[in-house]
Amino acid sequence: MRVVLILLRRDLARMLGGAGRGATLLPVLFFLAVAMLYPFAVGPAPEILRRTGGGVVWVAALLASILPLDRLLATDVERGTFDQLALRGIAEELVVAVRLLAHWLSFGPPLMLAALPAAALLGLDGATLRTLVLGLLAGTPGLAAVGLMIASLTVGLRGGGAALSGLLLIPLALPLLVFGAGALAAGGTGGIALTAAISLVLVAITPFVGGMAIRAGREG
Amino acid sequence: MEPARLSATDLACRRGERLLFRGLSFALDPGQALQLAGPNGVGKSSLIRILAGLLRPFAGTLDRAGATGLIDERPALDGDKPLGEALAFWAALDAPAAAAPNLGVDALLDIPVRYLSTGQRKRAALVRLARQGAPIWLLDEPLNGLDVDAARACETLVADHCARGGLAVVASHQPFALPGLRQLALADFAP
Repeated sequence: MRVVLILLRRDLARMLGGAGRGATLLPVLFFLAVAMLYPFAVGPAPEILRRTGGGVVWVAALLASILPLDRLLATDVERGTFDQLALRGIAEELVVAVRLLAHWLSFGPPLMLAALPAAALLGLDGATLRTLVLGLLAGTPGLAAVGLMIASLTVGLRGGGAALSGLLLIPLALPLLVFGAGALAAGGTGGIALTAAISLVLVAITPFVGGMAIRAGREG
Repeated sequence: MEPARLSATDLACRRGERLLFRGLSFALDPGQALQLAGPNGVGKSSLIRILAGLLRPFAGTLDRAGATGLIDERPALDGDKPLGEALAFWAALDAPAAAAPNLGVDALLDIPVRYLSTGQRKRAALVRLARQGAPIWLLDEPLNGLDVDAARACETLVADHCARGGLAVVASHQPFALPGLRQLALADFAP
């Protein structure tokens, strides 16, 4: 437990603090920029914005989650941090699980907050906003998990790893998008429940996938 | 310090398609040190990583009892943090008991790690190793980048460690001054 707290404190300091120099803010700004540009692109017809706005917010959230991927694990593998932790008997699975929590905290809740101004820009009503924020709450842990799994698999790739991560995330995150954004059209809680279920599975397997990928990378 | 043990029997290592060494055996008891010698590419670093448990040997068995500390070319210190904070992360994990020698690192604690020279980073890594309190030390080219004084201090550090009952494996192509240091020429085990 002490180890978890020490690791979490370092991860959060790196992701939220000065380490990334605004890297944390970047997904949120990107997310807001999409919400801001969309009305300019399709025109100011309120009922079109209301009908399609929620889906646009979801696409923006998915794309925003790609931005922090390339440095999520790569620096620690290159610097030998994982090796030093392994020598201290700290499993890669634990480090990845803590990293997943920190990664979600650094972009999930900020995106949910940013959904409020985004909803205002797109003219979404209260009920839609509620479904949207609940859907993001259910879906962003899954997005974080998919992102982290991809980051662990592409960690050894020299050059092009970042672009590949982005391309890989899109098909794997598709189920989250289908059910998360689908809940907006259906207006029910069924879609949100399915999104949460997918997230749960992804979150559960991520530490094991990440741990195996990092150990396999040592043999290369 | 807990009694530690490190022994290898018939170790072989393969990297890619190439067999680096085979039939390598040794045993170290508390207080003993071993130098892995040989030219570049003979497999010193690979053997260190096998001994650390980070790489699987192609054949043979490894018997290691006791906490292990490793120094290699990667310092595992966060580049954007001041050195003091980067070391504090490891100190929090290791919970060091006694004050360790500082190798002149105390003067660098406010400087971000990415501005430090290779030798300064190596010294910081040695300080972390000393504070870790592990009985087994694995040192991969510990003298690389160190100036003459720091190299002497590093040798003293390892000598003190062995005198306290610790054991050490030093992979280096340079001479490493240590009383009772055994030599293992890796080239003798090339296939």
